[in-house]
Amino acid sequence: MSTASPLTQPGDARRWHRIRTIENPWVRNGMIVLAAAYLVWSTATLEINWIRVGEGFPRAANMILRMLPPDFSRWSLLFKGTLESVQMAVAASFVGMLLAVPVGICGASNLVPRPVYLAARTFIILSRTFHEIIVAIFFVKIFGFGPLAGVLTLIVASTSFISKMLAEDIENMPPGQLEAIRATGASFAQLLVYCVSPQALPRYLGVSIYRLDANIRHSTVVGIVGAGGIGQVLAASFSRYDYDFSLAILLTIISLVFFGEFFSNWVRNQLR
Amino acid sequence: MTPSGHAARHPEVWRRFSPRQTVLRYAWYLGIVAVATWSIGALDIAWFFFLDAHVQALDLVTRMWPPDAGYARKVIGPLVETIHIATLGTAATVVVAFPVAFLAARNTTFNSFTWFIGRFILVASRSVNTVVWGLLFVAVFGPGPMAGIWAITFRSVGFLGKLVAEAIEEIDAGVVEAIEATGASRLQVLWIGILPQVLPVIYGTTVYRWDINIRESSVLGFVGAGGIGIVLYAAINQFRWQEVTVILIAVFGVVILSEFISAAVRRRIT
Repeated sequence: MSTASPLTQPGDARRWHRIRTIENPWVRNGMIVLAAAYLVWSTATLEINWIRVGEGFPRAANMILRMLPPDFSRWSLLFKGTLESVQMAVAASFVGMLLAVPVGICGASNLVPRPVYLAARTFIILSRTFHEIIVAIFFVKIFGFGPLAGVLTLIVASTSFISKMLAEDIENMPPGQLEAIRATGASFAQLLVYCVSPQALPRYLGVSIYRLDANIRHSTVVGIVGAGGIGQVLAASFSRYDYDFSLAILLTIISLVFFGEFFSNWVRNQLR
Repeated sequence: MTPSGHAARHPEVWRRFSPRQTVLRYAWYLGIVAVATWSIGALDIAWFFFLDAHVQALDLVTRMWPPDAGYARKVIGPLVETIHIATLGTAATVVVAFPVAFLAARNTTFNSFTWFIGRFILVASRSVNTVVWGLLFVAVFGPGPMAGIWAITFRSVGFLGKLVAEAIEEIDAGVVEAIEATGASRLQVLWIGILPQVLPVIYGTTVYRWDINIRESSVLGFVGAGGIGIVLYAAINQFRWQEVTVILIAVFGVVILSEFISAAVRRRIT
């Protein structure tokens, strides 16, 4: 059978071919060439000490050997740091949740005057752009070392995250209800209670619970710049080359995060 | 019937929650407030630090302003390095995350043991913060951007892998079955049947993660893992606050720009 089926003749536009994300072959191959060129350029300009990197692999093996077995003998220190991290996360989520309500309402363009909206959005964008650790450094400078700086960092991050979600949620509300309640002559407070809160509350609670879980993850890292919690214990153990204790801390963090995620999923399922 | 007569015949009043639900609800509120107050109280926060906080903050602001314009030229090098770390780390992530996602998806994994391995890699990767990974890799590869790239990769694998694994679990099984029926090998099924279905998710999450990684790589320098964080940390420790302002403006610009690019690309894909 040398005659092909009418569907698969060469040059037939209906001939099957794989679906491509970018159909134009010039653009597609051009992107690949550009990506390759970028790879060459970036690796050439980065100051990488290849000899030192080559030494890294035996070093990594050595480090893993020194990490094993994990050393849980200083469990009281470990427990104290973990508890502090959890407390920081809970406190920050709670305060952030409360602060996010006014900020979120101010960030909704359909509820507030333009200047208020712009001010709230500026706060949200600014605190979202800078990594927690940069914020933490500033709080450490202002408030000194310890959990206070860590809690404040997490509060700023939580407030901006929850309020951003809340503001978007309020902006996406159908305008009908808003208009109907306004037409009854309701005050702004009544508008919030009878129109905004019933529509925004379930998602707000879900986002807040999610933030608790995110804060548990982030609370483990603000300690690296001296802002308290398990991160501070980890950084200290690392700088003392106490690798077996470091592994114990890392395993604790992993199980803590795993549990936090599990808890947050469970609560969000209950809310649904 | 008059309204009062009606009320007399049906004395029950409509309530949104049953008594049991009400009690439960208030128990939840009480529990949340109790846990929150316990947490805040147990942190032994030195409240007197708040007394002069506004003075300290104001002092910081006056030291930071105006930004040292002449310093801006010196920021460009570290800034480009930051972008390189994020981009190369994200590129490496795609290569690593795809096989891991296959292990972690129920419908493509080999057996429950490989599934567990895949899931464990994803959870462990996501639980450890980028900066903590940076700490580890600086100890391994020495200070510099190489440690940063590894840190970005190790953190992002969990993020990308989780979302891709979820996408694989939700693919149309009919396509896979059809290709299997043609006698295709496992690899061919993967390449023709599964990959095209999850490709949009891979592109979308990769670009999204790249934009997060730009932000993350801006602080990797604090532990010595390269990028603009190194100069920022040095400037803060030496109290050169006017240079700090310049660096923060630069970081802000790059993060906003990357967020904008990422959003634009994702809008075109989906």
